Amino acid sequence: MSTHTNPSTPRERLVVVGNGMAGIRTLEELLAKAPDRYDITVFGVEPHPNYNRIMLSPVLAGEKTFEQIVLNGRDWYETNGINLLTGDRVEVIDRANRTVTAMSGLTVPYDKLLIATGSTPFIIPVPGSTLPGVVGFRDLADVDTMLEAAARGGRAVVIGGGLLGLEAANGLKVKGMDVTVLHLMDTLMERQLDRSAGALLRHELERRGIAVLTGADTAEIVGNEKVSAVRLKNGQELPADLVVMAVGIRPNTALGKAAGLACGRGIQVDDTMTTSDPAILSVGECVEHRGQTYGLVAPLFEMAKVAAAQLAGGTEAAYTGSVTSTKLKVTGVDVFSAGDFTGGKDCEDIVFRDAARGVYKRVVVKENRILGAVLYGDTKDGGWYFQMLKDGTEVAPVRDTLIFGQSFGGEGAANPKAAVAALPDSAEICGCNGVCKGTIVTAITEKGLSNLDEVRAHTKASASCGSCTGQVEQLLALTLGDGYAGEAKAKPMCKCTDRTHDEVRRAITALDLKSIPDVMQRLEWRTPDGCHHCRPALNYYLLCEWPGEYKDDSRSRYINERVHANIQKDGTYSVVPRMWGGLTSAKELRAIADVVDKFAIPTVKVTGGQRIDLFGVKKEDLPAVWADLNAAGMVSGHAYAKGLRTVKTCVGSEWCRFGTQDSTGLGVKLERMTWGTWTPHKVKLAVSGCPRNCAEATIKDLGVVCVDSGYELHVGGNGGMHVRACDLLVKVETEAEVLEYTGAYMQLYREEARYLERTAPWLERVGLDHIKRRLVDDAEGRAALNARFLFSQSFSQDDPWAERASGSVDRHEFAPLAQVG
Amino acid sequence: MDQSISWITVGSVEDIPRQGSRVVRTDFGDIALFRTVADEVYALEDRCPHAGGPLSQGIVHGARVTCPLHSWVIDLASGEAVGPDEGCAGHCPVRVVDGAVQLGLAAFRPGRGGCGHG
Ligand SMILES: Cc1cc2nc3c(=O)[nH]c(=O)nc-3n(C[C@H](O)[C@H](O)[C@H](O)COP(=O)(O)OP(=O)(O)OC[C@H]3O[C@@H](n4cnc5c(N)ncnc54)[C@H](O)[C@@H]3O)c2cc1C
Ligand code: HEM
Ligand code: SF4
Ligand code: SF4
Ligand code: FES
Repeated sequence: MSTHTNPSTPRERLVVVGNGMAGIRTLEELLAKAPDRYDITVFGVEPHPNYNRIMLSPVLAGEKTFEQIVLNGRDWYETNGINLLTGDRVEVIDRANRTVTAMSGLTVPYDKLLIATGSTPFIIPVPGSTLPGVVGFRDLADVDTMLEAAARGGRAVVIGGGLLGLEAANGLKVKGMDVTVLHLMDTLMERQLDRSAGALLRHELERRGIAVLTGADTAEIVGNEKVSAVRLKNGQELPADLVVMAVGIRPNTALGKAAGLACGRGIQVDDTMTTSDPAILSVGECVEHRGQTYGLVAPLFEMAKVAAAQLAGGTEAAYTGSVTSTKLKVTGVDVFSAGDFTGGKDCEDIVFRDAARGVYKRVVVKENRILGAVLYGDTKDGGWYFQMLKDGTEVAPVRDTLIFGQSFGGEGAANPKAAVAALPDSAEICGCNGVCKGTIVTAITEKGLSNLDEVRAHTKASASCGSCTGQVEQLLALTLGDGYAGEAKAKPMCKCTDRTHDEVRRAITALDLKSIPDVMQRLEWRTPDGCHHCRPALNYYLLCEWPGEYKDDSRSRYINERVHANIQKDGTYSVVPRMWGGLTSAKELRAIADVVDKFAIPTVKVTGGQRIDLFGVKKEDLPAVWADLNAAGMVSGHAYAKGLRTVKTCVGSEWCRFGTQDSTGLGVKLERMTWGTWTPHKVKLAVSGCPRNCAEATIKDLGVVCVDSGYELHVGGNGGMHVRACDLLVKVETEAEVLEYTGAYMQLYREEARYLERTAPWLERVGLDHIKRRLVDDAEGRAALNARFLFSQSFSQDDPWAERASGSVDRHEFAPLAQVG
Repeated sequence: MDQSISWITVGSVEDIPRQGSRVVRTDFGDIALFRTVADEVYALEDRCPHAGGPLSQGIVHGARVTCPLHSWVIDLASGEAVGPDEGCAGHCPVRVVDGAVQLGLAAFRPGRGGCGHG
């Protein structure tokens, strides 16, 4: 069988367990150094010669054939005199006698043994995980199973949104299956990507028709003879003909462990890749080195080099661990990440976003050296960053332009004005409205335009998402020279952006932006995740724009709105149950009294909003307090919310000798209609039964004053440091009209006011005439606004206390994590 | 340096909401554990250097938290207030090992009215 054996000089025997990438790379390195030193035997479970496991993804997607990914054909083993035993598994290592015994019964002696058994997919131990139709993604057999399933069409569920899972999902989608990816975390590939890049990736996959469910925890795989569905812990069930488990890998240590080698998560090796037995070396994913295991090929190849040197008799080579970088192999999606990009102490984040090209780059620098990088959409500089990262290159000299990449530096690019000047007239400046440079320059000269707003009005350039604002300003400067005075800058939202509240809101609508990371990406935020000024504002704008669709981001809410109670100066909370229109009953009062006793609540006070406030409630008691109040039929008063607070009423015609209408009843109706809404700032309503105005309705955001012939609606008032009395908006005749006007007014305020702008300053900014035009003169518009308000209300009138008391929402807000010491 | 600290496991990273915080009760007061958007974990005394506000209840952004009471911004790594405000919430050594969050409480000396760092 072999041409190499020379019986006169008996050679040492090397046995390799594992015919995979790390084992065979070690042999290649060894043969280059010491071609004749060993008699080599290789065992491999798979019935194939060594192939490029990485390329299984393109094989699945049909971009490559198996033949194209074979690394070492059988002829290679033959030429090098290696005895290859495929389809046979090594079962036992006998260290005392230095032999291995395989499944087939074959026993082979060794002088040196190399364990390169790789790893196996981790299968989550849920019921049904062993059903036919559930596969991992590790070897060619798995790919064949997937391709067979794909040939029948149907649905695939991929569990795990990491590198492997997404490559599997993409391949199955390309092959025509309906694919859903389930991911436990809220960011895809969270170990490689930060939230922004993860969000971009998710969009791209969704655009390709792959459904992505995050926060999805698998409870069970359902099926009789074969898999039929996946059930999540929240009860949701997803039909499935194929389930791919890609939630992680486990190093194959069983063989080493059984032989008594030191093992942790992997088979433990020292810097020479030697295990606790000096005759046994180990490389690849099965290895644990300095507490670290690896799942990518670059480190394995470095290990292979060291192991080969060791086997060749050298002593100098040492493996000291690896820094890794990752690229996702989904055609047309460019994702790169390397090193540690979590940021932190003394780290500086350099963020670059180019919304038009869908590019996001983040480089983390510490003490003038690159610590990590995440690139999305444009990964051509990944290698450059990675090299500097590994080399520990000082980046100070290129610090200012680092984020633009290696090729940056030409004069034209460094100077944005010169860059715009160099553009041809046909170059498109405003992508949203398709306006090119020539059109803008002509408009400036011919129409005598002198500022941004005029350019917007005449050409629409930069009137939608505003991302070309800078370029339009350059064009104004270029065309007018000294004649351009620059822009009187409206105040930007916060330090994270140059855009104003109004610009951001326009862009949310124009660009269909549906999440906070989306907005930050498209509008080129300068910080990774905003600040306490912009996050709550964005959360509100998105909630207002996409009712029912946008999922509230509790992390972007001020604490009071997150825990649905008011924080007090000592860190305790106050709790205010709703009392509709200021009405209460013996039952409610009794329940309140019981709660006060039970939880030893120190202060009970009647508020200025006609209800009762319980002060000094401990945070961890909140859910129980709510549960008790809920049980008596009371709900949250939203005394903490940028939303509807109270509807204050007087007793009106039911009891008062002056009363002209049922002001209490109308107040209750208004409160029932408007409670639960989110608004730019707090909103208070009131209804007085006659012009004596006992409910102080004319210093409310909206106040109704009843008169004999109907109802006067007053708007835009508030108390506070700058008291403002309302303006009269209109007089109407029926309660139905009051309700419609109220809904329309609330919605107009919700859609037009800036976050944290109350109705009074809003009214003064836009003018009473504007509001009258929209609400009084335009009956159709009023009806439409009211309809939008009611639609949005259909999603917001869930009692937040009931949700939290039941433990279904944000339970962790209330309990300490641990008690120590 | 690590040898002199005894580390106490108080939970896992997943127990802390991203961009959020959880509290650990200790004999010398509450410690607030923060998890940033980038999954970094920090630990500070849960007392704002301004007027004692519970920092754990603030909005977490980048590696900073905004106090819920009067909106001071505190750097999570150092515990120091971000200018122009001045003051420092003591910070406690914290590390993450295989997803487990561990506090080095012995090295944490609160109540000195000063910084835990430097
Ligand atoms: C679909 C896919 C895509 C990937 N993409 C990338 C990528 O883009 N970039 C990257 O760097 N890495 C990627 N990887 C990871 C990379 O393929 C692995 O890190 C690498 O193959 C590990 O090499 P290894 O030799 O340790 O293990 P393997 O290549 O798995 O080799 C181990 C071999 O040992 C055999 N074996 C196990 N036990 C025994 C036994 N007792 N007796 C005999 N034989 C045994 C196994 O059957 C297997 O053939 C990807 C992996 C997969 C599955
Ligand atoms: C930033 C400024 C403000 C803060 C910090 C603040 C704080 C509070 C607090 C702690 C309460 C509960 C106390 C109680 O009800 O006795 C409260 C309630 C109330 N405040 Fe203010 N307030 C502010 C501005 C205003 C303004 C400008 C007005 C007047 C228009 C106002 C009117 C009221 C009323 C009527 C209540 C009772 C509300 C209810 O029953 O829900 N507050 N406010
Ligand atoms: S506002 Fe008029 S109706 Fe209402 S309580 Fe006062 S006097 Fe009576
Ligand atoms: S008036 Fe001042 S002290 Fe009184 S509740 Fe309002 S903010 Fe607090
Ligand atoms: S107590 Fe923190 S800002 Fe005042």
